[in-house]
Amino acid sequence: MRNKLSRFAIPYVVWMALFVVAPIIMVVIYAFTSANGGFTLANFARMGTYGVVFVRSFKLALIATAICLLIGYPVSYMLSKEGDRFQRIAMVLIMLPMWMNFLLRTYSWMSILENNGLLNQFFQKIGVIAAYNSIFGTNIKYFHMIGTPGAVVLGMVYNYLPFMILPIYSVIIKLDHSLLEAARDLGANTFNVFRRVILPLSLPGVLSGITMVFVPAVSTFAISQMLGGGTQMLLGDLIEQQYMGGAYNPHLGAAISLVMMIIVVVCMWVMNRFGEGEEQAVML
Amino acid sequence: MRKNNSLFNRFFMVLTFVFLYAPIALLIIFSFNAGSSNTVWKGFSLEWYGKLFSNRIIMQSVYTTLLVSVLATVIATVAGTFAAIGFFAMRRKIRDPLMTVNNIPMMNADIVTGVSLCLFFVAFFGLFQKVTGTRLTLGFGTLLIAHIGFNIPYVILSVGPKLRQMDKNLIDAAMDLGCIWMQAFWKVILPEIKPGIVSGALTAFTMSIDDFVISYFTAGSSASTLAMTIYGMTKKRVSPQINAISTLLFVTVLVLLAIVNIREARQERLAAKKHI
Repeated sequence: MRNKLSRFAIPYVVWMALFVVAPIIMVVIYAFTSANGGFTLANFARMGTYGVVFVRSFKLALIATAICLLIGYPVSYMLSKEGDRFQRIAMVLIMLPMWMNFLLRTYSWMSILENNGLLNQFFQKIGVIAAYNSIFGTNIKYFHMIGTPGAVVLGMVYNYLPFMILPIYSVIIKLDHSLLEAARDLGANTFNVFRRVILPLSLPGVLSGITMVFVPAVSTFAISQMLGGGTQMLLGDLIEQQYMGGAYNPHLGAAISLVMMIIVVVCMWVMNRFGEGEEQAVML
Repeated sequence: MRKNNSLFNRFFMVLTFVFLYAPIALLIIFSFNAGSSNTVWKGFSLEWYGKLFSNRIIMQSVYTTLLVSVLATVIATVAGTFAAIGFFAMRRKIRDPLMTVNNIPMMNADIVTGVSLCLFFVAFFGLFQKVTGTRLTLGFGTLLIAHIGFNIPYVILSVGPKLRQMDKNLIDAAMDLGCIWMQAFWKVILPEIKPGIVSGALTAFTMSIDDFVISYFTAGSSASTLAMTIYGMTKKRVSPQINAISTLLFVTVLVLLAIVNIREARQERLAAKKHI
């Protein structure tokens, strides 16, 4: 029986060979060849000129991941203490924004953060800008928010926060309550129960949350274009330009993609080392 | 553990939800704006909803999005369920490396998946033209393949645990009682893993609808999803018609999810009553 059932997977194994493995081999081939087809390492050497972009991508993605963790962990923890009905509704509410395309949600932030945008209009109405001018002796008409690194980080946090909350929440909710009771019976106070029991046990969720936020954040291109106003180029933008933009160079694009793949593999390796086989947490 | 949250904690949670929903609320409000601005309110109007239905570009991309999402979800759900059963029946030594390959599209950055598929398709088309002389281009077909490809792993990931929870003796029992293996599949395995299949399909559909990056690299110029149309507009001006279509889609999903959740809650309550 079992052997017969394993045949069910054969079509998908063929599919993976064609559409997962072969495309990755293509990336590797492109990364190590030049336009006329010969072997070269020039694509990787050229990446040095984009060092600024690499540094900026990592910096912004790390900051965004840290903020997501600082918001996402407490929220997941608090949610797990609420009633069942509340939790059910909250989970739907956290998933729901994904149904409005992320480009649109990011576009909405554009109209909030613009120089004449809603936030600046609001600040003007309640007199924050006037107060700022009188305190610092400046004469500004608006706060400059769009086109700054902060705006890009905000966009990342906004778009990827659910990816942090969901895995952490799904781990915390499955914690064995008898462990917590045992810890309390043995004399631990609330803080110690959290630090010695809940936090270590929820670590797999935290790690998968970190990966799920960091990977898309470090590779995004639409968010940085829209909220960064063209001044905050990230790795994703760099790759996109090699294929769709003016700087057509699929070989350089493949080389950067390869580096990005290695980053992901490292992330996965770190995650697997700490969170032994917690597949469930990866799931949404 | 079940101590209720303090007022401050509740406030923090509410604040998070306000943060998540403020931009969405703004989009919806400004879809009813009489002016074309997203920042200045000029009065209530349904103008953009009217114009939306005569805008062929938007309607065409909505159609493409829904078609590719539905097709990819159906195909990926069937294929993923069979693949999960196959993986489940395999020995660990073979299964583990296959599962690693299966996880690649989920873990990889979208842009890398998109770029790798794009390079693969273009190379394949070049080879195909040399052999047969027919020229193929990126389009709906490649878009669909890409969507199926990134959906299947999610289906496998949600069906797999259900298979592992299943009592393995059930299959043997069914066979001993005279089921052929196809009957064992239909009558024993399928009912057991149904919740996993449903949640896998739902995740797959969500991923398809929300996807932009992979579509962008695999659809070419002949097919355009709603996300791609929106992206094209953000470089110039986004018409409030986009706010209108998004509002309609959002409200549809909201209603559907509300119905599903109310039904589930009711069923759970009924089940709880029966136990008493």
